[in-house]
Amino acid sequence: MKLKFERYGKGLAKGMAVTFRHLFRQRITTQYPEEKLIPSKRFRGYELIWDKERCTGCATCARSCPQGEIVIVTSRGEGNKYVVDKFELDSGRCIFCGLCVEACPYDALFLGLAYERASYRRGELVLSKEQLERTPEKQISAYFHPEFEASLPQQTLLLERAGRKGQK
Amino acid sequence: MELWPLDNYWAHFGLFAVIIIVFVLMGVMAYIYVERRAFGPFQLRWGPNRAGPFGILQPVADAIKVLLKEDIVPNKADKWVHWLAPVVVFLPILMILAVVPFHEGHGLVPDLNVGILYVVAISALGVVGIFMAGWASNNKYSLISAMRAIAAMISYEIPLVLSIIGVVLITGSLSMNDIVAGHTIPFFLLTPLGFLIFLLSAMSEINRGPFDLMEADSEIVAGFHIEYSGMKFAMFYLAEYGHALVMSAIAAILFFRGWEGPGSEYIGVLWFLVKTLFIFVVLIWMRVTFPRLRIDQLMAFAWKFLFPLALINLLVVGAEVVALEEIPWWVLFVNFAVAFVLILLWSKFFKLGGGRVEVKV
Repeated sequence: MKLKFERYGKGLAKGMAVTFRHLFRQRITTQYPEEKLIPSKRFRGYELIWDKERCTGCATCARSCPQGEIVIVTSRGEGNKYVVDKFELDSGRCIFCGLCVEACPYDALFLGLAYERASYRRGELVLSKEQLERTPEKQISAYFHPEFEASLPQQTLLLERAGRKGQK
Repeated sequence: MELWPLDNYWAHFGLFAVIIIVFVLMGVMAYIYVERRAFGPFQLRWGPNRAGPFGILQPVADAIKVLLKEDIVPNKADKWVHWLAPVVVFLPILMILAVVPFHEGHGLVPDLNVGILYVVAISALGVVGIFMAGWASNNKYSLISAMRAIAAMISYEIPLVLSIIGVVLITGSLSMNDIVAGHTIPFFLLTPLGFLIFLLSAMSEINRGPFDLMEADSEIVAGFHIEYSGMKFAMFYLAEYGHALVMSAIAAILFFRGWEGPGSEYIGVLWFLVKTLFIFVVLIWMRVTFPRLRIDQLMAFAWKFLFPLALINLLVVGAEVVALEEIPWWVLFVNFAVAFVLILLWSKFFKLGGGRVEVKV
């Protein structure tokens, strides 16, 4: 007679061994403020970047916005060109769908990689022209603009952090 | 026996009352910290590590938080019983620790000749408090879960006591000092089956591990203390971990030679604390591994598995005590073989009723 020990306590011992082995594995938690993960290259996250030079003030973005939250006010300037007086986005209401980025005929709008934008007041979420403006520090996401993809850092994969082999 | 400080009753009782209360409070805080901290690596995470170095202030922060919460008493609750229940649950812990010797003859009652009998009797008192809590809340769900908790706790009391009797038979004494002195080799090796039964029924007794059906924090969120908040809830929480503290202390004395160890004249108390903590870590390990039992599995495990095994274990130990004058060390192998065969046999015959109950229309 061949005994199968699974029902006689071997299963329990196996389970104990599994949890014991877990003690020596790398922990999966990200210790957030000290340790930060790099988001995906095509991140559709918490930042809209507006290029002042390229924008003509045509307001296509404002019309494409499903929330109607892009406020753009223009006036007539030199050489019969629009001057953007006001470009405002209530990022508290923005759903980061990226439609404005796709709609812009002059490639003046981008999504960014930043995501730490929590604030204590709702009013602080309304971003002005100066806050949205494209600066060299702001990392542009490759969403709808794959030309930026090559320069962006590789996304952190939890699989690699857990000490297992992740696919490249 | 000489009383330890100054040979004065009042000094002795005063000092040990303070020591016991501090031991319970600090022990419970340490247990909560150790448990949450140990759960981390077992589940591939860190556990509390923000409040203070290594999160050591986390239980303090938790205690302050829970003490500052509002105390809500249901409108139609039985006010007095509602107030009294947490006290009744917590009191047995202090009463048991009064007779637990931290070192050879050092305790509030230094050497009670019926020590372990007293412990068994008092530890059953906590059940009354749980039923009071369930009844006084005037909530049918808390009453149901109090009933469920009592059913499980009383069922597991029987194998618990039977496994203790095995140890008492070998040492021939109920006094915990004599039990520790009677160890030739640690009893968890000499009576492995008795130790296993004690550990499993103690886990159920203190509502831990896979037997925490009456707590079940992830599903039914306790139940009998569902109408409690603030300080009174903290008392239940304190009592839960206090019970774990007491049970691991008793296990350390009964099965791990208590304070005996290298240099035990000087650091005996330390040995006792280390062994207590070791047993608690084993309990955490089991809790983190096994999934929770269903109520019928829980009761069947007590009555169909642990109870007969405890009786047979008692029979085997009794026969050994009668047949052999001094228990020689090789009995250990006999007992291990007996435990192995018995567990195999009972696992084979262990059945859980008819499974699903069909209702005939």
